[in-house]
Amino acid sequence: MAGLVTAFGSGAMTNSVPEIEEADCILVTGSNTSENHPLIGARILRAQRKGAKLVVVDPRHIHLAQFADIYARSRPGTDVAWVNGLMHIILTEGWEDREFIAARTDGFERLKEKVAEYSPERVEAITGIKQGQLREIARLYAGAERASIVYAMGITQHTTGTDNVLSLANLAMLTGNVGKRGTGVNPLRGQNNVQGACDVGGLPNVFPGYQQVTDPKVREKFEQAWEIKPEFKGLPQEPGLTLVEMMNACAEGTLKSMFILAENPVLSDPDVNHVREALQNLKFLVVQDIFLTETAELADVVLPGSSFAERDGTVTSTDRSVQRMRKAVEPPGGALPDWEIICQVAKRCGGNGFEYDSPEEVFAEMAHLTPIYGGINYSRLENEWLRWPCSSPEDLGTEFLHHDQFAKGRGLFTAVEYREPVELPDEQYPFMLTTGRQIFHYHTGTMTRRSPSLAREVEQGFIELSPYDALQLGVQDGEKVTVASRRGVIEIKVKVTSTVSRGLVFIPFHFAESAANVLTHRALDPVAKIPEFKVCAVSVSRGPQPDVRCD
Amino acid sequence: MNYKTVLTVCPYCGCGCGMYLPVLDGQLGQPIPDKTHPLSEGRLCIKGWAASEHVVSPDRLTQPLVRTGDDLKQATWDEALDLVASRLMTLRDRHGPDSLAFLCSAKCTNEENYLLQKFARTTVGTNNVDHCARL
Repeated sequence: MAGLVTAFGSGAMTNSVPEIEEADCILVTGSNTSENHPLIGARILRAQRKGAKLVVVDPRHIHLAQFADIYARSRPGTDVAWVNGLMHIILTEGWEDREFIAARTDGFERLKEKVAEYSPERVEAITGIKQGQLREIARLYAGAERASIVYAMGITQHTTGTDNVLSLANLAMLTGNVGKRGTGVNPLRGQNNVQGACDVGGLPNVFPGYQQVTDPKVREKFEQAWEIKPEFKGLPQEPGLTLVEMMNACAEGTLKSMFILAENPVLSDPDVNHVREALQNLKFLVVQDIFLTETAELADVVLPGSSFAERDGTVTSTDRSVQRMRKAVEPPGGALPDWEIICQVAKRCGGNGFEYDSPEEVFAEMAHLTPIYGGINYSRLENEWLRWPCSSPEDLGTEFLHHDQFAKGRGLFTAVEYREPVELPDEQYPFMLTTGRQIFHYHTGTMTRRSPSLAREVEQGFIELSPYDALQLGVQDGEKVTVASRRGVIEIKVKVTSTVSRGLVFIPFHFAESAANVLTHRALDPVAKIPEFKVCAVSVSRGPQPDVRCD
Repeated sequence: MNYKTVLTVCPYCGCGCGMYLPVLDGQLGQPIPDKTHPLSEGRLCIKGWAASEHVVSPDRLTQPLVRTGDDLKQATWDEALDLVASRLMTLRDRHGPDSLAFLCSAKCTNEENYLLQKFARTTVGTNNVDHCARL
């Protein structure tokens, strides 16, 4: 997100999902779209049937790769290099959009100098992508009237995540593929309300609507609206801790208490052995959830919330569409809607302004303080389809961003240098591990593993191993192996598949008993503070290895 | 017999597919795709089709739990909420507002996330607010 904010002034998907079908070329990278966003994956394939060229660049030969016009297998963590390589070719051939660059962007000269260093030969050596293939991708992308980039966590979950996003933004601006239908730089959000949780201030540096906590004018507005008690001396002025920083602060003892709403960091965060120890170090942990998750098991108090079918409210989908969720049934037993629980806690802590009769009332207050949601209300959502920004009752919402100008005025090119991932394979840990999801399960498996028809499709975790490596290790499909990194050790079943190449292994992180995140590390992108889930070094050995210990 | 269908949004990924939840005499049935939905156009993926299953799981939490020693024991809402409030405020007063941190949720609504960050910022007085956007 930080990358797109720097380049364009807004971190959200630039274009709407239906517009994907209007693209002439779709570049999918770091997104296993057809497994993890199946309906968007289906739309990409429909666009291809209508004539769009589909290019997939990914370390794994994912499902979409089977259908791609070009599939390029990149080495994990080398995205800046191949995107710089594409721009090198585009500029050498004169395929850039000079009019767009001159009229709407800054920083082009520095970018030009930087990408001049990324010759196709050098890029092939870094990324493994053949020069001819890179040239063909450049031709398809730059030659398209409308080209769209679709990406997900495969781009962002790196210590160079922000650099990767900046590079994709550079590529789109270089070819004029922003601010018109069927184009753009489109990050797919992995959970049904990630976009919304960001929009409404679930972040340490911004109030709702991305209004900076460091801006005195903004603070004053919220202090008045929220009627801050005088003894508080105003709202806090410094940005708070991000998630991984919170876990480190727990371990160091500077954090004493956490309130965790429906998340499961004990499975979802990097280096979960560390997370578990960190949370156990707290003096008081509250978890609000619908199941006794691995995280809730550590809590001092567990508050039973409601499932999606049991409460009213709104969520914001990946393409900024704000939608109503509606209550169908009552929560079981004594469970309560989550908004009511939060208000109860706040009131008992002496909080002001937590008397609401309905989520609709909460939404009205929030929309009033959040300019990008300012024109949205529950009655409009009954009849209209609204994507933010939607600032007034007359505003029909925004299908694609940056139409006449960028959210920040002019778009900004950033010259980005390729940097290696933090932890690369070595003699002791010779394999590169990358993690992700697969189609039948979702995130930490809390919901899907309790859904019989999904659980029986894939009952337990697995490690994808290339046929070459399986042969070298002497392991068969279905056999158990021990996987170790510098953080921890797990036992897991092998799935032999050419989805991964020699030296690369993949583990989905849904499964607590063979948790991929025991192995991953906490190295962060310096700007976005996103962990490098997509690259770390592991060893793989046959059978259970009781003696294998991490350093 | 009392039957209704309720239009809502799939709880899984960020696609935002539309689905109707059928309810027969208070019992939740399997989702029905929304044919007029601009994003999903009458389709669902395998997770979407199964989206009601976890709701009716016997593992659902139905009462607050409070730790006594190694065990989590059932408690009333009043006991649990009063304990949460008194412990949070005691720690805040003793160690300062920034000794507390709050995780919002990409699985909860805009309204709920708004309320939790409002609570953290106004009542506790900390910007230690984040969620799993980066995970």
